[in-house]
Amino acid sequence: MKKQIYERPLIQRINTGMMNKFGTKTEYAPVSHIDGLAVKDLIKEYGSPLFVLSEETIRNTYREAVRAFKTRYPKVQFAWSYKTNYINAVCNIFHQEGSWAEVVSGFEYQKAINNGVPGPKIIFNGPDKSDDDLRLAITNNSPIHIDHLDELYRLTELAEEMNKRPNVAIRVNMDTGIYPMWDRFGFNYENGQAWDAINKIILGNRLELIGVHCHIGTFMLSPQAYATAAYKLSDLALGIKKKFGKTIQYIDMGGGFASKNTLKGSFLPGADTTPTIDQFAESITTALLNAGFTESDLPLLILETGRALIDEAGYLLGSVLANKRLSDGRRATIMDFGVNILFTSFWYDHKISPAQEFSSYTEDTVMYGPLCMNIDVVRSHITLPPLRKEDHVVVHTVGAYNMTQWMQFIAMRPAVVIIGTDGKSHLIRNKETIENIESSEVMPDFLRKHELASDILK
Amino acid sequence: MKLLKNIALSDTGFVFNPGNGDSFSVNPIGLSILKDLQEGKSEDAIRNRVIEDYQTDKETIEKDLYDFLKMIEQFNLTDYHE
Repeated sequence: MKKQIYERPLIQRINTGMMNKFGTKTEYAPVSHIDGLAVKDLIKEYGSPLFVLSEETIRNTYREAVRAFKTRYPKVQFAWSYKTNYINAVCNIFHQEGSWAEVVSGFEYQKAINNGVPGPKIIFNGPDKSDDDLRLAITNNSPIHIDHLDELYRLTELAEEMNKRPNVAIRVNMDTGIYPMWDRFGFNYENGQAWDAINKIILGNRLELIGVHCHIGTFMLSPQAYATAAYKLSDLALGIKKKFGKTIQYIDMGGGFASKNTLKGSFLPGADTTPTIDQFAESITTALLNAGFTESDLPLLILETGRALIDEAGYLLGSVLANKRLSDGRRATIMDFGVNILFTSFWYDHKISPAQEFSSYTEDTVMYGPLCMNIDVVRSHITLPPLRKEDHVVVHTVGAYNMTQWMQFIAMRPAVVIIGTDGKSHLIRNKETIENIESSEVMPDFLRKHELASDILK
Repeated sequence: MKLLKNIALSDTGFVFNPGNGDSFSVNPIGLSILKDLQEGKSEDAIRNRVIEDYQTDKETIEKDLYDFLKMIEQFNLTDYHE
């Protein structure tokens, strides 16, 4: 007789009276392939854990976003938010699609230059720009988004010193009706700081004010907030035209559109609650078109969308290291990836699927990472089929921020591959090695040698 | 280890303890192990039976059986007097 397929014996208490109008979760449906390639083959070739990106999903998501805005507004430009994922291969997909670069540090600026992005198409945001960074941006004619008065004054000095007229925009923060209000980036709209900065720039006559910018928040679930922001930025642009006769070339709405991830504590899954890109587009473009611009003065609309364009294209493949039982009877599964490389697990309940077939029996599980740290919890509560040591899982919607905010902590960061539209996998970042890490270290001569007492343990 | 005598097992994997009203669900292999316990089989005998019936090895079933038996103990389904 043929032997039956083995599954770990499971027993679960049935709790009656627990309210759940949505029924049992079904997120344990196996995901054995990504874009046609088998998870087990990818892990066999590149190791585990492994970040996988889908070129097709990136391009489709980008084109969908462009379509949503361009069908509603005549002048639209996307600028790829480098901080969301600045692996060069990823950046170049967006550049191939026509996206400019949006950077927030000298390091990111250099990456954009190295990727061949022309200076005027690199938008330079962020509160930290060194003199060298500013000089380079001025030389390259990049739009510099001024964050604070200290930067405005320094930039004015550098413009004089270099005898150049840098293109600038001001960053504006405002009350858009959301809580918490982000007021740390740029100058405030309501209390008049923004107008003070505009007056200083235009009357100072050393900087060329070409745009206004805002960054109202992150993981925004309210399109209406963008309508308010677009209205207030339009009010500034129209006010500048009226007061100084100067046409503002662009309005930059920043980033912040939510992806389909589920925030911790959310009642409903992100896929059901996140506004569509069309809803954001409708809010922003309607506000701009109704603001009162003449047709010739209609500003270019710039969008620095990051998360919503890349999150769904990213997967993290991992393997089970061990199973154990906690003191209260809960199942715990230890994975070979933790918060060190899945930084977003601090604020999302990531969807995690097994990569192989299972029966319909499931168990409530705590999913831990491999770090020797109590905070290393990937999911504090997840319903999964019984996973065995060396089984694989797929973590979904990890394309944004993980490959930039990951930490090299007690282990090396994993490889990153992209599945191309050619149906093949391509390595785009090597797995780190101890040589990579130690190459930055320096050992002073007096610390080279040591002698440890031996024979203490018998 | 023996199951409490009054534990009711259904063929669909529903387990009921009339002593305190607790109910549980088990997967098919779990059910087969509970039935073995009801029949008074030893842990060694259960292990050998599972290895014979399923595509598994001694180490795997040893770890999993240890965990399963701990759980049914924690759920007060075993008879301490036996």
